[in-house]
Amino acid sequence: MSSGTHHHEHADTLAWRVRQATGVKLAHCYQCGKCAAGCPVATEMDTTSCQVLRLLQYGLPEYDERVLRSESIWLCLACETCSTRCPQEVEIPKVMDFVRGEALRLNLVHPRGKDILAFHRAFLDSIEYTGRLYEMGLVADYKVRSRHFLKDVLLAPKMYVKGKLGLLPHLIRNRRGMKQLFKHTIGKG
Amino acid sequence: MRIGYYPGCSLLGSSREFDESARTVLEALDVELVEVPDWNCCGASSAHILNHELSLALPARILALAEQAGLTEVLAPCAACSNRLLSAQQHLEQHRELWAGVQEAIGLPYKGTVKVVNILEVLDRLKEHIAVKTTAPFTKKVASYYGCLLVRPPRIVNFDRPEDPQSMDRLLQAVGAIPVEWPFKTECCGAAFSVTRTDLVARLSGKLVQDAVKRGADAIVVACPMCHSNLDLRRAEINEHLQEEYTIPAMFITQVVGLALGLDPKALGLHRHMVPVEFAETAGALS
Repeated sequence: MSSGTHHHEHADTLAWRVRQATGVKLAHCYQCGKCAAGCPVATEMDTTSCQVLRLLQYGLPEYDERVLRSESIWLCLACETCSTRCPQEVEIPKVMDFVRGEALRLNLVHPRGKDILAFHRAFLDSIEYTGRLYEMGLVADYKVRSRHFLKDVLLAPKMYVKGKLGLLPHLIRNRRGMKQLFKHTIGKG
Repeated sequence: MRIGYYPGCSLLGSSREFDESARTVLEALDVELVEVPDWNCCGASSAHILNHELSLALPARILALAEQAGLTEVLAPCAACSNRLLSAQQHLEQHRELWAGVQEAIGLPYKGTVKVVNILEVLDRLKEHIAVKTTAPFTKKVASYYGCLLVRPPRIVNFDRPEDPQSMDRLLQAVGAIPVEWPFKTECCGAAFSVTRTDLVARLSGKLVQDAVKRGADAIVVACPMCHSNLDLRRAEINEHLQEEYTIPAMFITQVVGLALGLDPKALGLHRHMVPVEFAETAGALS
């Protein structure tokens, strides 16, 4: 097939990759706007869910990049209100998940998305080594990564008094198995 | 009744009282909980946001360990955990080609035979038992808050109605409470942004607190540790955002049922909240 065919152009788009990875067909969206209307963080978004879908439908590189660089993809709470109400059953949070991964891979993460990313990385690091989330370690690690050192310094002692903050991690027995699990999934590169 | 139990990480730390109250209440209702041996974290939002395969393998290991222990049903009280377990299970059911890779990653055989249930489903089954054993009816007005993950997405959780669910309301009525009509039952509290975007949590959870009070509720009742953290641990930020001192407590459904059963407030972890449950002591004394 020559490089100028519709098929090849199509295969280069983010919409195509979304479909390959998640099975979600963006063409199904007819822009009713119900997703953005019910989205709890729509007012915070630079590009609402509905606009994200529209931009992706065009299949233009500059629009794809606009989505990848947007803050919106990092603000999605995965609350699933949009996908529950979508008359076309477009699973928008799945699209957001995938697009975030692509933004990361292509090094296009929005500056304000970086804190959120730092949190998720700290979270996964914690469970990779101990098997269970070590909340205190997570917060400490997040502070270092995000450089928000003073965040919640007043809350932690209160939580400790209420018995809600363990000082030591909970370790599972098969920690080697956990390492193996990470190596076979996220560690594949 | 004998059932598998997957507490999940929050219930070991920031939501200890959910674990304490669930165990105490279920024991009082003659349910034997069998903890999934050597369980790991389900991956929560972080795994599915960063790596799809990891978000399948972590829950798969938990389910495989439950299978190995001979369990056919597992209770995951945390709404986020039960949602992740169900999501992974359903995805694997639809994609058999992924099984070999997942089994290699977890180092265990996976059969997909375990049924995952949430706390409301289990309590609902025990409703008659609860009604009989209720010695101190919880005669308060309550806002039943389901949040996102118990009811959405419906194609995965297949539980109650995604808009205006009823199961928790019925359960609360069974123990003497009066659920208020309110439209925020399934609005998002801000979920996993508790640490990274506390400003958003204050705004979203603030709406819930404000409206529950406006409708005359004495307590907001939850069945999710993230909802509880945001409504309780983050109350200072909520009040700061709203410029108001809201004192309405957020309680786990298991704590409410426990008080109605006349169980010790301390055994239900009611002393662990940031927003004190003022009526807990007197409620226990009614029995």
